[in-house]
Amino acid sequence: MANWFFSGLFSRVVTTRYPASPEIAPGTTPGRPVGQQANSELAASAAAAMCPVGAIGAHGRDTTVTLSQCVHCQACRQQPGIAWQNDYQWAAAIPPSDSHRSQPVPRAFKKSLHIRIVDGGSCDSVLNEIKQLGKPFYNMHKLGFFITPSPRHADVLMLTGPVTRHMEAALKATYDAMPHPKWVIAVGSCAISGCVFGSDLMTALHSPPIVPIDVVVPGCPPPPLAILHGLMILAGREGELPPEPAIPVVPADPELRKVTSPEMSP
Amino acid sequence: MIDSNLSATPSALPALAAALGNSVVWQAPADPLHAPIAAADNFVTIVLSCEPENLPLVVRTLTEDADFRFAAIIPCEEGSSFIVAYWFYRSAGHLRVKLRVRVDAAAPTVPSISAIAHAADWHERQAEDLFGLIFSSHPKLGDFVLHEQWREGVNPMRRQFDHAPLATDADPPMPWSPETILETPGAFVMPIGPVYSDYAESAQFFLETVGEDVVRMIPRFFYKYRAVEKLAEGQSIAQVLLKVERFSGTSAVAHAICFSQAVEQITAVDPPPRAQAIRLLLAELERIRHHLSVLSDVCHSTGMIVPSAQVDILEEQMLRLSCRIGGHRYLYGLVIPGGLRRNIEDDQLQLLADEVQRLRSQAAELFSQLQFTSSFLDRFEGVGITPLEKTKNLGLVGPVARASNLAGDLRIAMPYGYYHHIPAFPEALETEGDGYARIRVLFHEIDSSAEIIRATALSIPPGEHALTALTLAGGEALGAVEAPNGAAFHGVNLAPSGTVRRLALITPSFTNWHGFHLAAENFAFQDFPIMMATFGLSMAESDR
Repeated sequence: MANWFFSGLFSRVVTTRYPASPEIAPGTTPGRPVGQQANSELAASAAAAMCPVGAIGAHGRDTTVTLSQCVHCQACRQQPGIAWQNDYQWAAAIPPSDSHRSQPVPRAFKKSLHIRIVDGGSCDSVLNEIKQLGKPFYNMHKLGFFITPSPRHADVLMLTGPVTRHMEAALKATYDAMPHPKWVIAVGSCAISGCVFGSDLMTALHSPPIVPIDVVVPGCPPPPLAILHGLMILAGREGELPPEPAIPVVPADPELRKVTSPEMSP
Repeated sequence: MIDSNLSATPSALPALAAALGNSVVWQAPADPLHAPIAAADNFVTIVLSCEPENLPLVVRTLTEDADFRFAAIIPCEEGSSFIVAYWFYRSAGHLRVKLRVRVDAAAPTVPSISAIAHAADWHERQAEDLFGLIFSSHPKLGDFVLHEQWREGVNPMRRQFDHAPLATDADPPMPWSPETILETPGAFVMPIGPVYSDYAESAQFFLETVGEDVVRMIPRFFYKYRAVEKLAEGQSIAQVLLKVERFSGTSAVAHAICFSQAVEQITAVDPPPRAQAIRLLLAELERIRHHLSVLSDVCHSTGMIVPSAQVDILEEQMLRLSCRIGGHRYLYGLVIPGGLRRNIEDDQLQLLADEVQRLRSQAAELFSQLQFTSSFLDRFEGVGITPLEKTKNLGLVGPVARASNLAGDLRIAMPYGYYHHIPAFPEALETEGDGYARIRVLFHEIDSSAEIIRATALSIPPGEHALTALTLAGGEALGAVEAPNGAAFHGVNLAPSGTVRRLALITPSFTNWHGFHLAAENFAFQDFPIMMATFGLSMAESDR
């Protein structure tokens, strides 16, 4: 007879200390490409040309990375003109000026948000990363984030995948069933920009989007810490995050919810 | 170091030629009696063509007399006709058969073969929905991939398909409901999905019941249909590779290898040995991580919180290990046609070997504890049985098939890449076919994958990690890889310019969902989520 009580009791605690302090264990994040100043205009345009999804742009000698289009294909990992930053705090809030943005999360909700996940045709690895949040290493429950079994109890809709035509109705129904106030967090590059699956053919990334999005977590897939960062931003708890690396800034562009990192902003 | 027993043997061809007689035309090898076969060939692809009316007879000869397994139906539109390719494979002699049937696109009717090879059933339904092919005498054609918001007669995989009018389709969709068979008082249908209360993927199941036992399970898939195969058409190899890796992220390496393998066959190149060996390590690492993820769901489905948490810890450790050696937690972006995107250094392979050995002993310890937990075993033993006969008939693959004693692990049956060079390992076979047998298969495969990594990681051949360039060529090939969920086949057709003309993804999840009703029906309601967990299948992989 196995004694699970003791085997659980004697397992060491593995849960991350994030956001109280930065997580530095290797392998928690794949990192991300960031733009930098290349040696020449030629090098910058070469970096832009080699990106298979057009996430890299070149302006003179400077390169920029649109993280919401990046699919983490690692092609630019050793490319001159592109730096690779091993951070994970890259989630971003859609600015309140955007008409689709809901009101900020009120104080009463900050320490307890209930989340409903809608899989709009994701690749499964995004869902697997979200799943890790409820598991010992990340344990989002200690921060007051819970997955709820009913949309009636949900405050937050967590959207993954490019939203296939077949999931459109289910997504709308889920959103409509949620009581006000409600928020939407889009997890994964394909939920934000459609990425390699974005097309009019079978996915339905309309502008304006089917549900109004408040926070985006780019990445393919975003690591659990990035999703946790997105939830902290959504809850308006930026103050509890470790001081660095800095939170990326989103330009006030309601149509393209592009995410650029601060060092690239003018 | 290639074992001659593992190579294709010419002796099987004359017998096959005699059995098939005049009902087929041999296209390759042109003369089956004197076909030159090099000892080092991994397999021989026999290309046959036949008239539509001879199809059932030929399929019967192949599957029943010659012991071939059905792999895929891959239709392709060529001008004003369809070439429907039926693929079969056989471990003995390492043979693959591609049976071509040409039909006129104006009246595209071919006889159904699903009464002979039941595994072809969903392939035919899918081809009917996507291409408009009619399979005469098939009992159930109609909405399968496309849901009710699409008009009948819309076939997205046809070349002339234009989606623009559909985007503004004003017709109100007909509400869909399953056909029921129970007429007993109190019978009802329990719908589950497509949005779940936890992290599950989108799919819908209707459980028809009178209260306790599930009498019939009606699945509704393709909620996640992203038309990956259609999107791939006309795109470059590099673009398609991104999609092939990402349509099912939890088995990205297997699918990237499968696609690369098909491209390498067409362009007639072999990746360098180092690349092949590292691919094998990545594939086995992915298999371990995938199986741990399934086992975590299995423990979770029975409310075993402590074992579930302990498996979760191992899974996250494997994710972190993948990220450390491959730069990505799901190993995206490493496998490319012609080799690997970048080399993995020997010190990282050492890290891989060490970490996997540590994991192996922990997984073995967990397994031995679970084997003595009666509250756990009670939920699995004798529940969700897939009998061998039906498993064979449905052509199930992977751990699900192996739990029912159906061999067919492609790493052993049709070794590809570096699997020729590793010590032989036993196929993890069990006989009961119940939930517990599937769990044992998963644990045994974790152990055998760890053993493969241990035996291989420290003796990787030196050399280049990729070919400098691929010479573009047109052609057609079938990639075949044992993905974590079972046999995956990628049919790739390249134009001479190197763009993809047609991509067909035959995935183990698609194959195995076809047999899921075996485990779900006639068992209690509360067993349903548990059986779903032991199948461990992915919707993303099935729906594409």
